[in-house]
Amino acid sequence: MSADLRTRYLGMELANPVVPSASTLSSRIDTLRRLQDAGASAVVMQSLFEEQIEREGLEIHLVLERGTESFAEALTYLPELEDYNIGPEAYLRHLELTKRELEIPVIGSLNGSSPGGWVRHARLIEDAGADALELNVYFVAADPNLTSSEVEQLYIDLVAAVRSSVEIPLAVKVGPFFSSMANIARRLVEAGADGLVLFNRFLQPDIDLATLDVDPTLHLSTSEELRLPLRWVAILRGRVDTSLAATTGVHTWEDAVKLILAGADVTMMASALFKHGPEHVTTVLDGIRTWLDEHEYESVEQAKGSVSQAACADPVAFERSNYMRAVVNYTSVYDWRAAPIEPRT
Amino acid sequence: MIAGQGDLLPVSALPVGGAFPTGTAKWEKRSIAHEIPIWDPFICIDCAKCSLVCPHAAILMKVFEPIVADQAPGSFQHKEWRDRENPGLWMTIQVAPDDCTGCGVCVDVCPAKSKEEVRHRSINMEPKAEHLEAERANFAFFQGIAPPDKRDVKVASIKGSQMLEPLFEFSGACAGCGETPYLKLLSQMFGDRILIANATGCSSIYGGNLPTTPWSVGRDGRGPAWSNSLFEDNAEFGLGMRLAIDHQAAHARELLTELASEAGPDLADELRSADQSTEAGIHDQRKRVADLKRRLEPLESYAARELLSLADALVRKSVWIVGGDGWAYDIGFGGLDHVLATGRDVNILVLDTQVYSNTGGQASKATPRGAVAKFATGGKAVGRKDLGMIAAAYGNVYVGQVAMGADNAQTVKALAEAESWHGPSVVIAYSTCIEHGIDMSTSMTHQGDAVKSGFWPLYRYDPRHEKDGDRPFQLDSRRPSMPVRDFQAKEARFAMLARSRPREHAELQRLAQADAEERWHFYEQLAGVERHPPGHLEDHEGRAEPPAEEEEVEP
Repeated sequence: MSADLRTRYLGMELANPVVPSASTLSSRIDTLRRLQDAGASAVVMQSLFEEQIEREGLEIHLVLERGTESFAEALTYLPELEDYNIGPEAYLRHLELTKRELEIPVIGSLNGSSPGGWVRHARLIEDAGADALELNVYFVAADPNLTSSEVEQLYIDLVAAVRSSVEIPLAVKVGPFFSSMANIARRLVEAGADGLVLFNRFLQPDIDLATLDVDPTLHLSTSEELRLPLRWVAILRGRVDTSLAATTGVHTWEDAVKLILAGADVTMMASALFKHGPEHVTTVLDGIRTWLDEHEYESVEQAKGSVSQAACADPVAFERSNYMRAVVNYTSVYDWRAAPIEPRT
Repeated sequence: MIAGQGDLLPVSALPVGGAFPTGTAKWEKRSIAHEIPIWDPFICIDCAKCSLVCPHAAILMKVFEPIVADQAPGSFQHKEWRDRENPGLWMTIQVAPDDCTGCGVCVDVCPAKSKEEVRHRSINMEPKAEHLEAERANFAFFQGIAPPDKRDVKVASIKGSQMLEPLFEFSGACAGCGETPYLKLLSQMFGDRILIANATGCSSIYGGNLPTTPWSVGRDGRGPAWSNSLFEDNAEFGLGMRLAIDHQAAHARELLTELASEAGPDLADELRSADQSTEAGIHDQRKRVADLKRRLEPLESYAARELLSLADALVRKSVWIVGGDGWAYDIGFGGLDHVLATGRDVNILVLDTQVYSNTGGQASKATPRGAVAKFATGGKAVGRKDLGMIAAAYGNVYVGQVAMGADNAQTVKALAEAESWHGPSVVIAYSTCIEHGIDMSTSMTHQGDAVKSGFWPLYRYDPRHEKDGDRPFQLDSRRPSMPVRDFQAKEARFAMLARSRPREHAELQRLAQADAEERWHFYEQLAGVERHPPGHLEDHEGRAEPPAEEEEVEP
């Protein structure tokens, strides 16, 4: 009998631990259907960016009004359109449609920019029928006058405010840049998060050597990036009582199995789906199932967290001493004393 | 009139014949910019792009002898002009602080960036209040610096054209206007011998917003003669100018034959057969005409008086028929086609904003597929009319499709080639407009994306096919390297459809991409097509006169 892939995430029972993470993959209903057909157990919608909506609204207003302050031959220069949508309506209608069309749970995703905006849009996403909400907290603390405790408090206040305004389960997606990741994780859960999504991938700007422009484009992740969420899922599993989703660097079934063993309730992927198409979900699920079967695991629940820091044979391996041991291993293999020395001539 | 009391003027105060003084926009001094461009000579690379692209002729370049700077105010900046052929000269870039609109286009195109701080360019927007006094003094001094002798300048180059005085300056066009840089360039290249027939539209408004006009005269008193008739008859209006000049020149030559002994047989011969294909040739002809006038002055005969009044027609004139796409593609198209079919030496400049700009953004046949405009609020369903190919079909019509912001040099080259072709020429110039819904400070650099996406290929169809054997069509831009949607995403005219009708937007975007690919494929094939357009009588002497056989009279 094949292993039971079911898992619990944010209080929801999901058919398996493979969930497409927030990306533009969710912008088309036919892609979403393909993801569902391929076996995705839930889907996280593309993020609603409050700041983008506000700026677009201002820009469009600027464009429509340009030149109209003068009394020339024309009073306006672009047509006035009816049903002009510059608010979050398109996002919400798409969410409603997705909810109607799919059978799997649909998780809304929100990136706010103001305290009021977070709460307002969270309610709108809930009203549109989302089964859960993921807060995509995207904040680069670049202000030298802002202390780390103030930054953390911003996160806590935000989660508390949204928690008190919506009923649906709440996940919080954060980046890894906290001095005390474990502590902020605990406090986010205390503030009302039902789950943590580890980690947000910040746009890492690049510099274009031809133009000297800063290029903020996002490149697809690789499996190499898995190590960061792997470590923190392993550390937090059993220490913080919450759902854990791992994202960033999840490309193969091996990646997914490792995260499950470390303690992830679900593994989220986007880059791999962009590369290989929505049907890649099936390949990953087949791989997870085969591995569990071959290693005689009954279920995902059984394997989940079995190699977490709390459960593994060598807990310190997930902490700092890991680095020292790696260095020792490296030097023992590539011992400079063993290197051949060219005779001087 | 400027004071708003034009109604108090009696009819008798208006000029007889309707001619108004030119060069009057400079008196308006609207001083509307909050920030103006300030030049940093230490990193300038002498490219002259800032001057080229300025829609208001408010950033200017001059090259001069170092001694000129002796009298300059202390704040006046200059640097060495790097030119191997003419060493030892200095140059300066100067803002006209009260005429600048603060659009920022000059800064956007400046390629020189500081090695220490890349955002600092050789030209930077800075608060006007901090610089106004000094820049007013600098500009006053700058205006006194004499322009170079046109004979010594490579007119058909970016740097060369920008050394010359703009004879179109300080118009009231929108900040960042994409049309006016072409007219300014035209005035620098040929302004001393140009007649302009202007269709009604934006260019007739900023071109002749009575009582002022940005069309100006140079130090030698020469400048464009400009008139606006109507919207629908502009091509014919310009053709009329051509016919009139040709007729005057032909009659002047007749009279010259008749008066050869009075004028001097050698001078009469030279006047009739002068090579005016170069600036030096035109300069020499002007000298001959001045000579002729001196000799005719004391003569009393009717023929002598008549020749005296027509003598200037012996100098080559350049007729430009200017208008927007509403005129050229739609309302004036019948006339435009008629003029092309005559084979006459006229140049047509289409300032193509792809929409009726002045009247508030109505769709024209130049409006691209998917763009939202009035009468096309659901996004234009069909593609643009290819005016260039219609014109090129004649075989003997020079056609250039240009975008100054994408390729400065190709624009300059196309204008020069069009002007030198002794037959009809059409230059279709991509002109950014506030109605595209773009950030107008990127008015020029955004044109790069128009070309890169294949939305606006650059080409020249030259019936002379001198360089390339028998293939008159030359594709000047590179194979498209970005999706059309990336170009369109920066323009509200396309992007707004995504907000109002997302489904149609997606479909029109798909078709717009297909349009671009299909057009490129078509042009690529054209670039290999041989043609031998017959029927045009080349004037190998380089004379301004077209093969107007009926006007030629044997001596």
